Amino acid sequence: MIHSARRVWGMVYRHICLYRRSWPRLVEIAYWPTLELLIWGFTTQFLTRHAGSPALMAAGSLIAGVLLWEVVLRAQIGVTFTFLEEIWSRNLGHVFVSPLRPAELVAALLSVSALRTVVGVLPASVIAYTMYGFNAASLGPVLILFLLNLLIMGWWVALGIVSLLFRYGAGAEALAWTIAFGITPIACVFYPVSVLPFWLQPVAQALPAAHIFTGMRAIMAGQGIMWGELAAAAGLNAVWLAAGIALFARQFHLARVRGALISIGE
Amino acid sequence: MDAITVEHLSKNYGVVQAVSDVSFRVAPGKIMGLLGGNGAGKTTTISMLLGLLVPSSGRIAVLGHDMAQDRFAALQVMNFSSPYIALPGRLTVRENLLVYGHLYNVKQLTRRIGELAEAFDLSGLLSRKAGELSAGQKTRVAMAKALINKPAVLLLDEPTASLDPDTGDYVRGWLERYRADSGCAMLLASHNMAEVERLCDDVLIMKQGRIVDQGTPDDLIARYGRDDLEAVFLDIARNRRVPVAS
Repeated sequence: MIHSARRVWGMVYRHICLYRRSWPRLVEIAYWPTLELLIWGFTTQFLTRHAGSPALMAAGSLIAGVLLWEVVLRAQIGVTFTFLEEIWSRNLGHVFVSPLRPAELVAALLSVSALRTVVGVLPASVIAYTMYGFNAASLGPVLILFLLNLLIMGWWVALGIVSLLFRYGAGAEALAWTIAFGITPIACVFYPVSVLPFWLQPVAQALPAAHIFTGMRAIMAGQGIMWGELAAAAGLNAVWLAAGIALFARQFHLARVRGALISIGE
Repeated sequence: MDAITVEHLSKNYGVVQAVSDVSFRVAPGKIMGLLGGNGAGKTTTISMLLGLLVPSSGRIAVLGHDMAQDRFAALQVMNFSSPYIALPGRLTVRENLLVYGHLYNVKQLTRRIGELAEAFDLSGLLSRKAGELSAGQKTRVAMAKALINKPAVLLLDEPTASLDPDTGDYVRGWLERYRADSGCAMLLASHNMAEVERLCDDVLIMKQGRIVDQGTPDDLIARYGRDDLEAVFLDIARNRRVPVAS
């Protein structure tokens, strides 16, 4: 167990070394969440100045939605970007012939992703509070459960993308930037599931995010915590995460059969 | 117990047979050379030995650890060096060695890095980014990484390919001393025939995925009636001559 933790730390340390002397990388992590927050923050100010109190509530939901959805995006990009860093530096050959187990590689990717998510979302949260008066902590302690579920959702999406990188090589790296953004319309971040076309609603309900954001809006509307939605999100995350891990393990094995680990960066 | 045991190893990619029925053994403390032209199957064989590639059939064991069943126990006591696989260029040499020291669970890691820095003349380079080093310096760092865990089995893919003659000679001397001191078994793929003659106890010559001949360098040179291993290699590569009957 200690040996396993040390190997995971070795991979995490490798990425900490990379970030601590590369300010462009650090800026890039926080850049998009901050930009999104500024755009939606000013939209919020516009809405509250030109409409009544219902718009005020909606505007608060917009900022909360932006902040929480960024957790999914940053968690997903954190995993895939960390994996891609190994491909870009042509280091995977050394990593895969070391005693690092695939599960330990996944643990390292998730750990780096968690660190990147904190660094990415924290500045946006501070801006939301100081410029727009939105305090994410006002959602209460349940915010921790929301964040955990969203983090896990980002992770299983990322494991799916890394599996595609094993399958299709670095040629699939564009997926790292696009897939989670593509999910946004059916994640129901800014609107209830009922807004979607009838046939699309089951798809949205299969995503933990739709349940989390339904719960978030309920709290902001003063309806209290919807534990059923939270439980649905957690259950779906468990299923999707298990599927993501199984897909990762399967594609890793197939990459070893095809010889793709040797040529993954080409 | 053999350091490396390979039995009837084959690898197919569809109808293409990259490696076909390869068998060999490397005893502890011995260096086996793996020769062959481009596409002969050397890299595929080494990749299977490292667990990067799953064989289509056959068996590999490293110090008794079956690679199909117990791959990570084998990888713990092995290491690998190739100038064609990079170390993270934005990390310093020390950081790179620390990362791999953690991955291999090296005890007294700082001391081990100091030993390797002294052995490969890296002391002045430890704080420099790996990506800023010359080709020769990178190769020395790669060798230090390959020895970070004091491996009992070392796989080397053209370890001196980008080194000047002086540094290449130094690395070869270091490998000889390491083998003598530690009893490490090595598999050396190289196109430098003088290097193979100097270092290797036995040589396998591969062509089109098969072992076409093997023996000690002196034995091969004598059997082909040539003056050196390079001439033997060319004879086999160009189908010019068969071994002289003994």
